[in-house]
Amino acid sequence: MTVEHLDARTAEALIVDMRPREDLLANARREAAMRGLHSFPIFDVDCHIIETMRLKEIVPYISNEAIRDRYETVPESAALNLPSAYGDKDVAGRIYRDEHVPGTRGVPRVEDLLNDMGTMGINHACIFPTPMLALGEHPEVEVEVALGQAYNRWLVDHYLTENPRLRAMLYLPFNDPKAALREVVELGDKPGVVGFLVTSVRRTPVYHNAFMPVYAALEERGLPIGFHGGVNWTKSSASNQLNRFLTVHALDFPLYNLIHLFNIIINGLPERFPRLKWLFYEAGLAWLAFAAMRLDHEYMMRPSEAPQLKRKPSEYLREMYFGTQPMEYPSKMEHLEMLFDIVNGPSQFLYASDYPHWDFDLPSKIYDLPFLNEAEKRQVLGKNAYTLFNLPYDEISASLSGTTATEVN
Amino acid sequence: MDPREYTVCPITEFPEGSRLLVRVGDEEVGIFNVGGQIVAYKNRCAHQGGPVCRGRILGRWVEDLNSAKEVIGGHHSSDMDLVCPWHGWEYDLLTGKNIADPSISLKAVDVVVRDGVIYVRAESATRTPEVVPAHE
Repeated sequence: MTVEHLDARTAEALIVDMRPREDLLANARREAAMRGLHSFPIFDVDCHIIETMRLKEIVPYISNEAIRDRYETVPESAALNLPSAYGDKDVAGRIYRDEHVPGTRGVPRVEDLLNDMGTMGINHACIFPTPMLALGEHPEVEVEVALGQAYNRWLVDHYLTENPRLRAMLYLPFNDPKAALREVVELGDKPGVVGFLVTSVRRTPVYHNAFMPVYAALEERGLPIGFHGGVNWTKSSASNQLNRFLTVHALDFPLYNLIHLFNIIINGLPERFPRLKWLFYEAGLAWLAFAAMRLDHEYMMRPSEAPQLKRKPSEYLREMYFGTQPMEYPSKMEHLEMLFDIVNGPSQFLYASDYPHWDFDLPSKIYDLPFLNEAEKRQVLGKNAYTLFNLPYDEISASLSGTTATEVN
Repeated sequence: MDPREYTVCPITEFPEGSRLLVRVGDEEVGIFNVGGQIVAYKNRCAHQGGPVCRGRILGRWVEDLNSAKEVIGGHHSSDMDLVCPWHGWEYDLLTGKNIADPSISLKAVDVVVRDGVIYVRAESATRTPEVVPAHE
């Protein structure tokens, strides 16, 4: 028998050694099995790879020779040229997964990612990068374009073409509208591509006329556009007053989504592109109550500043889509229920895990909501996303009926 | 079914500061010696069911203020906390109460020390708990 002896006074002596990944997720398998989550389709709209672990593969995809030259000798140096993500995300080592074991940070192998998804009861996932979520802040626009384009092509070749359980919204190099349009035209019909993503922290406003061809191209192809929240701790005069990762994380993820959402609605983009679907990721749900009420209130007093609108702002909001993670835990469940009501949650919310990042959500978080009926739970966990991304929900659903946890992996 | 008692180990093998994970049937149970008091919890975080009993144990972090109420530093106090490795939900190891919201608690498991031997009480199909290695 092994008994772990702990020195109760010092943090250093108390670390339990890392266990293999399947053991750390064992509780996730159990949570899914207890609820029968393997028997119906679950789509995770926001899952991450750590793409900088595979820069040797990505760098050769850079078509701009000058920039490829820069990274060719030491591909890992491309990671050093990304805007930095500050912050003690693991709270002084309290939060840990195998990503903290040297050499295995993140989920580097596709088969491990698929295995982890199966453990959690997730059938399909839309994957996003991690460090490159900050690429929109890069001061050299040509670097954003070069790395974004290379990442997209690498992702199609190495993840999407061979793995039907994985989908992606590709990176839009939004600081260069013409380059962004090129990505939609060249890659919009590649296998596994279900839309395009704007990383939220950036300088470029979405209403600029230069983006209209990008929106038109997306609308024409039936491809949604997504906005993924992020933090901007050092360069924002508001956020750089915050002294905890807790507060900057709480504020910035919704803040940059709010900025884009406000601009999109008030500049009438949903009226100009009525068939284009808008998605917002990783800001939780509580910000939506603020957005809906605040915009309606201002609009009633100043409608001439939003002359393209034919309805109240909140009505456009209720037709957009939102990843649920990190879903808040209010003390009173009826407050969360109210959020679902404000934004038409049962049809507009899409389950998102954010796995393997530090604040990931399991599907059980949605499944356990007492105010949703079984059909609504399945909508948020999968049906809404499958429908949005034009995937055959009923067919996938029939293939899973009766599946148990042990049959998944 | 009435809970049954399962032998864990002699108390002499489990001094202050020890931790042990045992599996009783389908349930993993973390057993801890906190300053001489033996406590046990199900290995399921109240948040999302994470493996809380495998998490770090450390003195609760306290911020130090001087008489002018300026922050001058911080230290780990002698109140021991158990932190779920999935998302950082933090519990008082002795009481099982969440330190951010004491209305939330870990599920306590009955544990007794009798004649120098630690026993847990739980429902299970087997009499002998299987020891889960807390580390490799």
